Amino acid sequence: MAATLRDVTTYDLKLAAPLAAGFVLFFVTPLAILLALSFQTDPQGGHYGLTQYVAFLGDSFSLGVLGSTLWLGVKVTVLTLLLGYPVAWLHQRSPGWARGLIMLLVLLPLLTSVVVRTFAWVVILGRQGIVNATLAWLGLIDTPLKLLYTEGGVVVALAQVQMPLMVLPIITALSRIDPNLADASSVLGAGHWRTFRKVILPLSLPGIVAGCLLTYAAAITAFITQSLIGGGQMLFMPMYIYQQASTLQNWPFAAAISIVFLVSVLLVVSIFNALGRLSRGYADA
Amino acid sequence: MSKINPGDRRIDLDALSFRVVMTAIALAALVLLVAPTVVVIWVSFTSGYSLKFPPPGYSLRWYGELWNAWQLQFAMMNSLKVAAWATGLSILLGVSASLGIARSPTLTAKVLDSLFLSPLVLPALAFGLSSLMFFSMIGVPVSPLTLVIGHTVVSVPFVVRNTVASLAQMNPSLLEASSSLGAGRWYGFRRVTLPLIRPGIMAGGFIAFMASFDNVPVSLFLRDAATDMLPIRMWQDLEGRLDVTVAALSGVLIVATIALMLVMERVAGLSKRLT
Repeated sequence: MAATLRDVTTYDLKLAAPLAAGFVLFFVTPLAILLALSFQTDPQGGHYGLTQYVAFLGDSFSLGVLGSTLWLGVKVTVLTLLLGYPVAWLHQRSPGWARGLIMLLVLLPLLTSVVVRTFAWVVILGRQGIVNATLAWLGLIDTPLKLLYTEGGVVVALAQVQMPLMVLPIITALSRIDPNLADASSVLGAGHWRTFRKVILPLSLPGIVAGCLLTYAAAITAFITQSLIGGGQMLFMPMYIYQQASTLQNWPFAAAISIVFLVSVLLVVSIFNALGRLSRGYADA
Repeated sequence: MSKINPGDRRIDLDALSFRVVMTAIALAALVLLVAPTVVVIWVSFTSGYSLKFPPPGYSLRWYGELWNAWQLQFAMMNSLKVAAWATGLSILLGVSASLGIARSPTLTAKVLDSLFLSPLVLPALAFGLSSLMFFSMIGVPVSPLTLVIGHTVVSVPFVVRNTVASLAQMNPSLLEASSSLGAGRWYGFRRVTLPLIRPGIMAGGFIAFMASFDNVPVSLFLRDAATDMLPIRMWQDLEGRLDVTVAALSGVLIVATIALMLVMERVAGLSKRLT
């Protein structure tokens, strides 16, 4: 009887078969083909070798694109963390109505179309945009500053576009912290800064790591924001892949850069996952 | 507490500085979060021909222009259709798969769980390119069908993640109770499991729909020349010239998103599922 009772609470693993089959056919197979194609020595095919990878790794331009993409992700993630953490903190200590409002403000950009969000930044940063108009009105500048098509512009726009991905996991982590711990810390004489540094921050590490992972992965792959705010002079990996594949029709090279990019992303993801396990052990201890 | 009088002042300053700094950054960040949305809606009411700020005057002319913007309307219909198909397929396949893997302790279930969620971290552009290579290799030309397949792959993780989470929270005794009262498996699913996980499915389906509607990287590779998609149309319009009609359309999309969000918050507790 006990066995039959347990059986009714689980469903047959076979229910996952249709999606699993779909994923093997339309997700795993294409990625395998991408990998295979990256070893083709020329677009016409036939010969296989490491030509494309050698071309990528031996080319300072290509390596520069990879480096600036990965570095862009670091800058965006740091800025997003510095701005996003206090938002999560404020959400945690606000009364109910304010919590709802903060949540709405955080979720809205997450669900608004990326093109719309990026378009807003074009309007804000443009020569006749809100920043330049305000500075000119204040008499601080005579000629409009160049904000659009600069890396600073890309970093700020990406930080806004990806901030929800940082704030939401930190809110989760902060809500799991026993409020008595902060009280205990202050009763024992620690000030607010010290309590924050020694108690709250370490305990919210799992949320920080999860947020950084999501933000980083989203920032380096954010094709639309990178190309619209960065303009033609700044080239990042997603656009580089697209140019090689679509404009130049050089599929083997595009496949090779995709694989290099994929591996970089997976490497970063696994580093963050390892950090996440460490920080969870720390937070639970 | 009065015994540690000398320290009180220091602690007050400390508390004050901490709260002021954290609140100030948080408020600045919240302004940064909202500013772009407000600015888009603001300039969409301009009476001028450019996105100059502040607008020279206000009017509804660009919203009126939307009635004639057939290219944008056509692209919007395509995006809505593809998103509807991709969401439908994601819910059908994703919920079924979630039921299979959610309570199974086997390694297969864990591997499948990671597989189904992996499109979330993989660069979508690399997936789009690989799909194009796959379809061209097996001799299938790109079409609305390939578009729906690609969109389903990138949308289904949202459904699986939310449905698995709801199933994990469900109390299994309820199923035992229904079974011991004589309910069959299908009846138990319909009357016990489904009502309990429905909010999770709805939240996942909503996010899946938005993800598909907004997708550019997969659409870039898998659409045919006749199938214009809205985010790509808007992106290309913006690359060429700053069109005020796009601002009006953005205003419409923002209002629709807020409305849908509030509905989903009410029926599916959206914000609780995202934290």
